[in-house]
Amino acid sequence: MLDVLKFKKPDTALANDADKGRIRISDVSIRFGQGASAHQAVESTSIDIEAGEFVCILGPSGCGKSTLLNAIAGYTKPTTGQVTVDDVKVTGPGPDRGMVFQQYSLLPWKTVYENVAFGPKMAGASRTSAGSVANTFLGLVGLKKFGNRYPAELSGGMQQRVGIARALANYPSVLLMDEPFGALDAQTRLMMQESLLDIWRKFGTTVVFITHDVDEAVFLADRVLIMSAAPGRIIEDVRVELPRPRSPEMASTPKYLEARQFCLDTIRAESRKAFAAQNA
Amino acid sequence: MQPLVKDAENPTAEPKPSAEVTPAAPPPARKGVPRLSAERLQGLAMALVSLSVGIGLWHIATAINLDFYINFSNVPAPWKVFSAFFAHIQTEIFWTHIGVSMRRILISYSIAVVLGITIGLMMGRSRIARAFVMPYIEVIRPIPAVAWIPLAILMWPTEESSIIYITFLGALFPIVLNTLHGVEQTPEVLVRAVQSLGASRVAVFLHVVIPAALPSIAAGLAIGMGVSWFSLLAGEIISGQYGIGYFTWNAYSLINYQDIVVGMLVIGGLGTASTAAVKLATSPMLKWQKRAR
Repeated sequence: MLDVLKFKKPDTALANDADKGRIRISDVSIRFGQGASAHQAVESTSIDIEAGEFVCILGPSGCGKSTLLNAIAGYTKPTTGQVTVDDVKVTGPGPDRGMVFQQYSLLPWKTVYENVAFGPKMAGASRTSAGSVANTFLGLVGLKKFGNRYPAELSGGMQQRVGIARALANYPSVLLMDEPFGALDAQTRLMMQESLLDIWRKFGTTVVFITHDVDEAVFLADRVLIMSAAPGRIIEDVRVELPRPRSPEMASTPKYLEARQFCLDTIRAESRKAFAAQNA
Repeated sequence: MQPLVKDAENPTAEPKPSAEVTPAAPPPARKGVPRLSAERLQGLAMALVSLSVGIGLWHIATAINLDFYINFSNVPAPWKVFSAFFAHIQTEIFWTHIGVSMRRILISYSIAVVLGITIGLMMGRSRIARAFVMPYIEVIRPIPAVAWIPLAILMWPTEESSIIYITFLGALFPIVLNTLHGVEQTPEVLVRAVQSLGASRVAVFLHVVIPAALPSIAAGLAIGMGVSWFSLLAGEIISGQYGIGYFTWNAYSLINYQDIVVGMLVIGGLGTASTAAVKLATSPMLKWQKRAR
């Protein structure tokens, strides 16, 4: 089903620099608004993410996980602290940190091919080399045949695959994904998760993946960072010791179930606390 | 014959000047010869029947000198109008009238397009520009073209320039407002997406803001073309020596009633044709929208 698996090019054409993509979040807090209406979205948080790691940030809606991701992406400036990627301070969005959004964010007036070639073009690549990069990455996500279509002619899952290809076409050291499969139906979602792991195995970039789905987090991640709600902070750092490559059958193994249960318990305890605080 | 038929289809002629944004209309024409599908043929046949009925009723009304609240005794019969039309298209002066009107439209509309899109884009991207320009738009936009005529004649050195000014003003506002509206609708997620792909501010403008505004701009251009004919006619009726509006009004002064209707139908035909031309010209830029459906 997934053409990705048939990808023929040698992996060296794709593989990212293995030492790149180390993220250091140091004492970052993010507050919105002023005075009485001020809202603490993220409370002082420090995390180190190693190069090539697949990290999921798991938490309920509105817990500030997207805000934290936006700080890494450079869309949101931390109120205190700083984010560095490979020891370079993040001051704004840039092509070294590829972004995949929950909403469809392809440019609807550009074809699939033009969307993927956009990044390389912005980086100053010639038309031909941007084109060959686009073809490589469309091949990677199994959509080479759809290059001349417009995004709206593609299904939701296909659009997100193009979104991933577009982000990777800049050879980013970090791939930031903000609930990228949240809008997809359950079947497509499972396929996309497998597909993403496959792409990640070939491309080898650091991935920070936001989700509120425990199963998704455990299936994908090396580490699951669990975030509490309002103000958001990391309360658990769970290591998922499942072997790779992963397959959906692993969902019934004891290790998987153990990690899953731990995440659920943590979240439940946290929600109970939050609920009690609201009623106090 | 063709413009006449088209016009009778839509006797209310021009759209009113309005800030309302109409959705970009479906493309009016395709490249090459349009294939006559059964559906198309049926539609065409129905349009012909509808027009024949209308012309038939018009004929009967004039034949019996219908005078029931509205008075048809001075309205020329259809055949009179058509024969007058065919007589006119063989004279040079008639084509001069049409040519002069088209030239005025072309000049005024071109200026309005350039200025209107520029002002609209600036207002959409800069809060200061918007706060500065908006009051003028609010105050001047509701003034009808006809109300401008005395002042325009006093202000501008020649009659020609005052007519062009009035026409320009009519086209300007729909273009400005639709452009502004389009820019405001730029989805923020797309701006963010291209920023993370390394796009500069200029690139964001070129690749996101302008394309996102294009459907709305195209709608504004089509409305602006309609309104510019509306305004041109007002200008030509009161001042000017040539132009299809002058021709129409002059026919009234000379008690040449069939020419009034000839003038009206030609105006309608030209307005429809030029709006269709605008839509045709903008449709390649909206290709992605068509295919999305």
